[in-house]
Amino acid sequence: MQQKKQIKIASIKQASKVFDKKYALKDITLNIYQGEVLAILGPNGAGKTTLINLMLGRLSLSSGDINILGYQPGDIALKRLSGAMLQVAKLPDMSTIKEHIELFQSYYVTPMPYQQVIALAGLTEIENSLSKNLSGGQKQRLLFALSICGNPKLLFLDEPSVGMDINARKSLWQAITALKQQGTSVILTTHYLEEADQLSDRIIMINQGCIIEQGSPSVIKSRVNSKLIRFFSTDKISHFSALSTVKHIEKSGKYYEIQSNYPENTLKELFAMNTDIADISITGADLEEAFILINEDAELDKSA
Amino acid sequence: MQSTLSLQPNLWRIYFLEAKTETMRLLRTPGFYIPTFLFPMMFYSFFGIMFSMSAAMPTYLMVTYGVFGIIGPALFSFGVGIAVERGQGWFDIKEVSPMPASAYIFARVALTFIFSLVIVLSLFIIGSIFADVVLWQSQWLLIAVILVIGSIPFCAIGMTLGLYLKSNSAPATVNLIYLPMGFLSGLWLPITMLPDFLQSFANVLPPYHLAQLALKVIDMDIGANIWLHIIVLVADSLAFMLLASKAYNKKDKQ
Repeated sequence: MQQKKQIKIASIKQASKVFDKKYALKDITLNIYQGEVLAILGPNGAGKTTLINLMLGRLSLSSGDINILGYQPGDIALKRLSGAMLQVAKLPDMSTIKEHIELFQSYYVTPMPYQQVIALAGLTEIENSLSKNLSGGQKQRLLFALSICGNPKLLFLDEPSVGMDINARKSLWQAITALKQQGTSVILTTHYLEEADQLSDRIIMINQGCIIEQGSPSVIKSRVNSKLIRFFSTDKISHFSALSTVKHIEKSGKYYEIQSNYPENTLKELFAMNTDIADISITGADLEEAFILINEDAELDKSA
Repeated sequence: MQSTLSLQPNLWRIYFLEAKTETMRLLRTPGFYIPTFLFPMMFYSFFGIMFSMSAAMPTYLMVTYGVFGIIGPALFSFGVGIAVERGQGWFDIKEVSPMPASAYIFARVALTFIFSLVIVLSLFIIGSIFADVVLWQSQWLLIAVILVIGSIPFCAIGMTLGLYLKSNSAPATVNLIYLPMGFLSGLWLPITMLPDFLQSFANVLPPYHLAQLALKVIDMDIGANIWLHIIVLVADSLAFMLLASKAYNKKDKQ
């Protein structure tokens, strides 16, 4: 990985949020650096939106501290340095794309030139369409345009590519990459693991209000490299607890299922054991499965 | 870190664009503005002219339907407009953007003023042409000013409703407030035609006070102190602005 000087633009220190005496977010500590794309992944209700809303100042902290570009969340001066694309069901019907963008540009001190906004968001031929006539994907592109039109230093994108077709998604990715190269930091939540993989420098996974995993996509993907070893055995589960390279073991029916990051070593150990094994199969976990797996692990750790 | 404190966008430009955007939206939505114009004119032509019961009635009702007319856009533009934008999530986008809250309010108040002025002028035209309403020039002018400025408390009420109501129930709720409040304030029929207990009840309704204030210009009010009306209207405006700003600035709304 290339080494570059990292300038910290935001720090979140032991941020917690309690709703109804339950932690929606617990002791999150996180730094955000200039020009990085940070993807926040996690199942619904994990705390992703809570974290974003705390950073946007829409929620108040129960404890901890958040400082972004020298301001507290929600400060108008901070809003002028950031842009946010949230999930919106509908935009006001009777304004054109151009009117929407020109209005939002006026909120900022040094907005991005209009033509550049239009080009980056891919809205060139539909500038004069009323928003009521836009498709789901076009609507998303307009919301993206509104979030970037102020030349933000920090950009929040909440599920930006929902409803976009593959071409629109690709051009969105190009636009995000272009902004990143200008030094914009991007915080992205997404359901598409491929999106996080393509765009982000860093991924954090949140579940049950905690960061359960973080690192570059390649680090996260190494978790993905875990294989599922499935075999038949009459031995007790305790028999296999001696295996050193196993991440997770489970009995389903008469079969055992072992998750391992180092399947070759696990197999060697397994064969070295004095045990009866039959009908063995090995399958690789894909991104989606690994994602589920990491989250399940976190849940198991919690309940254990 | 570089200093960014001193940098501010041009506030007047934001106000102008925000108002322009709202106005363009309205002009493209005849389904909203046509009924809002037509209702007061229709009611006035009906009760104030066709079924007029005395010589003074067309003049009296021109003023009270003017009050009725200006309340509509204020309550609906703020009350329903904000509730719907909140429901759609659009209000959230505005809230996290660097839009000054004052620009949002300015735009809608400006629009309500324009809307109110057109309604009041239309009623004046109908009254003077079809019902021979004759007033001094200064009276026409003063009534128009009172009615247009008088929409402010209803903007504040609308804003509060818009911030508390759910989008799907907002139109019905606003109508449920608008129409009975109008009737009970003596806007549809002269207040003196209502039973006594309703006449005293009218004292708590802001449209009643605005109507009395405007009727004072032509000596048709019931004769209460002018300051009573002014104080009630100002107090209502402040109270609802406070409620609205409390709702707006409340964090952790889910």
